[in-house]
Amino acid sequence: MTIKEKQDEIIGDFEFLGNWDDKYEYIISLGKELAPMDPAYKIDENLIRGCQSRVWMHPEYKDGVITFTADSDAVITKGLVSLVISVLSGHSPKEIIDADLYFIDAIGLSSHLSPTRSNGLLSMVKQIKMYALAYQAKSLQS
Amino acid sequence: MIKDSTVLDVEKVRKDFPILDTLVFGHPLVYLDNAATTQKPEAVLQAMNEYYHTINSNVHRGVHHLSQLATDAYELARKKIAEYIGARYAHEIIYTRGTTESINLVAASFSKKFLKAGDSILVSGMEHHSNIVPWQMACEDRGATLKVIPIDANGELVLDGLDKLLSEGVKLVSVNYVSNALGTINPVREIIRAAHRHGIPVLLDAAQAVQHMEVDVQELDVDFLAFSSHKIYGPTGFGVLYGKEKWLNELPPYQGGGEMIKTVSFEKTTYNDLPYKFEAGTPDMAGAIGLGAALDYIQTLGLPAIRQTEHNLMAYALDTLQEIEGLRMIGSSVNRAGVLSFLVGDIHPFDMGEILDKQGIAVRTGHHCAQPIMDLYCIPGTVRASLAFYNTPAEIDRLAAGIRKAMKLLG
Repeated sequence: MTIKEKQDEIIGDFEFLGNWDDKYEYIISLGKELAPMDPAYKIDENLIRGCQSRVWMHPEYKDGVITFTADSDAVITKGLVSLVISVLSGHSPKEIIDADLYFIDAIGLSSHLSPTRSNGLLSMVKQIKMYALAYQAKSLQS
Repeated sequence: MIKDSTVLDVEKVRKDFPILDTLVFGHPLVYLDNAATTQKPEAVLQAMNEYYHTINSNVHRGVHHLSQLATDAYELARKKIAEYIGARYAHEIIYTRGTTESINLVAASFSKKFLKAGDSILVSGMEHHSNIVPWQMACEDRGATLKVIPIDANGELVLDGLDKLLSEGVKLVSVNYVSNALGTINPVREIIRAAHRHGIPVLLDAAQAVQHMEVDVQELDVDFLAFSSHKIYGPTGFGVLYGKEKWLNELPPYQGGGEMIKTVSFEKTTYNDLPYKFEAGTPDMAGAIGLGAALDYIQTLGLPAIRQTEHNLMAYALDTLQEIEGLRMIGSSVNRAGVLSFLVGDIHPFDMGEILDKQGIAVRTGHHCAQPIMDLYCIPGTVRASLAFYNTPAEIDRLAAGIRKAMKLLG
């Protein structure tokens, strides 16, 4: 699936969830179900500091695509991290750089991308794009 | 016109605050973030509106009629502030942008004249960053060191070693009156007496005190005191530094510009008298007038009644929250004002804050700009509910129900 198709699927899923409790319950369950991050990667170098909740993220570049693993100390953030990863993981640097992440807004969680929340998610998305740029530059050199 | 009634008619008082009728996500707002900023009564909004509608002019400069009226209103506010905190003279009231700027002013000016290499400044372990960083900067600049009064597990200052600390080259003590993160009311009289025995001046960060209780600078015998207008029902961007006349005369100016000078030539500038020596540039006229109106409003309600009303609400809130299984208070001082800081089970404060927000309940989450305290307790932050006299027991019940709902969702 393309990044766009994955996002549209998430938006579709959320349309079935009526009120805010159901949406949050779903995000929280995603947070809880996110595969644990390899402790070797849950280190300060991979820490994305937000004022409130923290996010750890690790990229792996193999066969032209980037795979991300991540974790957060706050479960709602972790649920959103899980969604972002599911959308962007397994794509090429170029696809990731060009991606417009509209699903967070569409499912009503845009406040998580507001700098005032500074919960790590916005920084995480920026960091993902930075990794993609770096891998793209690297692949062009080689 | 101070009323002596024991408690406020809260339902009546709430009508003075139009914003309290707001709906958030379809729920009536429960505003429990008063330690961050308080809401403004209609009287303050009207006073500021009227200033701009009728007398807006630059102060102290014009010969014209409006400038005179604006100056009168602006200086009347200074008198009201002086009276509110029991200052001897109105010129001991310096207008600033807030507590942070007030502390920065003293840190910069005091250090320039009195702080030398090898000296130290003493703060406490429960300070807001704004009462840590300006002193760190001053110490770094002068080659001095920052010392810290420790705190215990209850969130209270440990004063056993205070005399020894004070005898080791301390030039100034700067502590908060009430902790913004824990709500602890600190034994500031004891600290001031001890510091004065050593001939050391004391600055009180009263940002979380002046809105909750009577603060009398002469009775406290404090040398400097800082607070913010927006935390005491006044407008944002405005604040106060009180300083004893003798100290303010000793300190060099903080910023240069208009108003703070007597004469200027390229060879030599002579500075203006107090308080203008510290008030460079066109000030926040509407801010001063707004704060004056806020203090009038508080006097009309009566501080004793405000204190009793908040005390009763705090007791109710403590009882109600402590019934929630798994909820633990962070900071358990018996002497507290305004603030309830807590954690529930292993729920991240940010998650709790978000679920409360969805139910229309406004709290603060995080480290509350007091990271050293969070490090002491080894926690990422807390959920902080902070009360004002316009909050009700019914709102505390909403908070408790909101926490239970969050526990169900997050548990």
